[in-house]
Amino acid sequence: MSQDTLFDKVWDLHKVSSLPGGSDQIFIGLHLIHEVTSPQAFGALKDKNLKVKFPYRTVATVDHIVPTDNQSRPFKDNLAEQMIETLENNCLEHKIRFFNIGSGNQGIVHVVAPELGLTQPGMTIACGDSHTSTHGAFGSIAFGIGTSQVRDVLATQTIAMNKLKVRQIWCENQLSNGVYAKDLVLHIINKLGVKAGVGFAYEFAGPAINSLSMEERMTICNMSIEGGARCGYINPDEKTFNFIKNKLCAPKNEHWEKALTWWESLKSDEDSIYDDVIKIDASKIEPTVTWGITPGQSIGINQQIPLLDELSPNDQLVAKEAYEYMSFKPGQSIKDIPVEVCFIGSCTNGRISDLRIAAKVLKDKKVSKNVKAFVVPGSEKVASKAKQEGLDQIFKDSGFEWREPGCSMCLAMNSDKLIGNQVSASSSNRNFKGRQGSPSGRTLLMSPAMVAAAAINGKVSDVREFIHE
Amino acid sequence: MKSEFTPPIGKISHIYGQCISLIGNDIDTDRIIPARFLKCVNFDSLGEFVFEDDRKTLKGRHPFDLEKNKNATILIVNSNFGCGSSREHAPQALMRWGIKAIIGESFADIFYSNCIAIGIPCFTLSKKSIQEIQNYSDNKFLFLSIDLKNSLAKSKDLNFILEIKESSRKMFLSGEWDATSTLLENENLIEKKFNQLPYIKFNTHFL
Repeated sequence: MSQDTLFDKVWDLHKVSSLPGGSDQIFIGLHLIHEVTSPQAFGALKDKNLKVKFPYRTVATVDHIVPTDNQSRPFKDNLAEQMIETLENNCLEHKIRFFNIGSGNQGIVHVVAPELGLTQPGMTIACGDSHTSTHGAFGSIAFGIGTSQVRDVLATQTIAMNKLKVRQIWCENQLSNGVYAKDLVLHIINKLGVKAGVGFAYEFAGPAINSLSMEERMTICNMSIEGGARCGYINPDEKTFNFIKNKLCAPKNEHWEKALTWWESLKSDEDSIYDDVIKIDASKIEPTVTWGITPGQSIGINQQIPLLDELSPNDQLVAKEAYEYMSFKPGQSIKDIPVEVCFIGSCTNGRISDLRIAAKVLKDKKVSKNVKAFVVPGSEKVASKAKQEGLDQIFKDSGFEWREPGCSMCLAMNSDKLIGNQVSASSSNRNFKGRQGSPSGRTLLMSPAMVAAAAINGKVSDVREFIHE
Repeated sequence: MKSEFTPPIGKISHIYGQCISLIGNDIDTDRIIPARFLKCVNFDSLGEFVFEDDRKTLKGRHPFDLEKNKNATILIVNSNFGCGSSREHAPQALMRWGIKAIIGESFADIFYSNCIAIGIPCFTLSKKSIQEIQNYSDNKFLFLSIDLKNSLAKSKDLNFILEIKESSRKMFLSGEWDATSTLLENENLIEKKFNQLPYIKFNTHFL
């Protein structure tokens, strides 16, 4: 059993009681909600005649269903309009702060909370969304929950949960040029598998992690869940504190000093005990692309899609399913596979640094005429910053469509969808069958820089050929 | 859809029903219920859309479309079932289709919590035992009687010792698996914790 890790410390700090049966009652410091997984929870409160216990500890935004072409109200899609109205009404009735479209602070919930300074070290954070693990980048313990648990948090500010084990993933050396956080996390998931993290929190550590910016760290923690780990985190440091400083909801003045003193004390002890430790050499990682139907099915850009007998027996069943669904041949190179749609966005890679990197690749280049390419900023703040820097113009000049903020084609709950068996190069997090809106659509996950390179060439490409520094 | 749906309530100690076998590892919640069906403000109509895209692709040959499975209540799955999105819509859709319990090699964490929260016990068995059940129920009707008190599953021909998290087993046996009321019993402790947490004090700008 783990001891004295940041996870243990934050868990113990938030433990309200031991419940009969062995799970713990855990206080949730920050609760984030959105339109998809909250309406039924508010409905259940009404049925049980309960109130929201600490309305100030819940913050709402709208992201999954928002259209990215025309956001004027009412939305063209009646069901989407009904969902946003329900959220608006629930927030109004229960006095929950809601960052709506046009507020300047709306966006994907996991992009918005950090940029508002809501996400802070040492907190427990829950949201009805599996990518809540993103917030662990700040040294918080953050995890996705289902709607029944959203109800529990609204009613009690606590949830019942079994304590997780802790696996440290020590990333040695440094990522090489043209290789990004997305490549690192795809590589980790490939090495450990998509279910290795079940029952675990992942602590990402080591020189390669320390060198990452806060936005890159968010990309890593975001995809913990794709490796099966409901929670992923990184011990906070100066970069963490500097990121939070002066944000809208950050502690101010004398409170800032107190916060800083506390945050500086929050990290895994040097002699802390982990349930497991894994080492990864970051310098060996190439730009990484998925070829299959799980985020674990990835290879380096210069590798071939694995043959069945190169895979462990446990991976062969899903591999067979993937060959068939993707219509790719075992042994085929991933490089040069034609792509028809290029998507830059999502809670994994829809932040300003992602847009900057992609724009740098696209500057003075044109998107291939066979490709439909679009970029969806992660939030209104990201969009406005990008415009200030002229990034929107670089995207538009290259042939990318510039859209309004939302989750968009990461999960295709709005009208941004693949058609038929189109192949998309996507900076999002899931390549599941049908994930991007077409039951036969095919998704190749990669870094935003790699998506930009694929858009220019109309096929999977090595972004390092575009970077001359 | 089958007969009128009534959600489970109170103690769950015994489940009897026909098995339906679904073969495949890493079956994610997008496949269980595709995202376009999440555009709803209640769960009522999800049952008929469970595995919608997989079923359309298989044109009537999907286990959830086979006539022989239409009254099945115990779902048999392989490893990492329910991975991906946290959408509770996935177990809600399975439950509304008629599933009352799931036995598998392993489950994704959030999916497991969601099942427990809505009254669907999830049990694990070895890969070998799961294959044994899947082979058997491929050819014949397999009716299992699950006894939660002793973690046993019995049929005419097959017997298994099931594994389930002790906390979940106790919750079902006591009928306290609907967590809200259990959590609310500690209201004083919740208030106390709120006042103790360091960051509550320095987050005056929080909202």
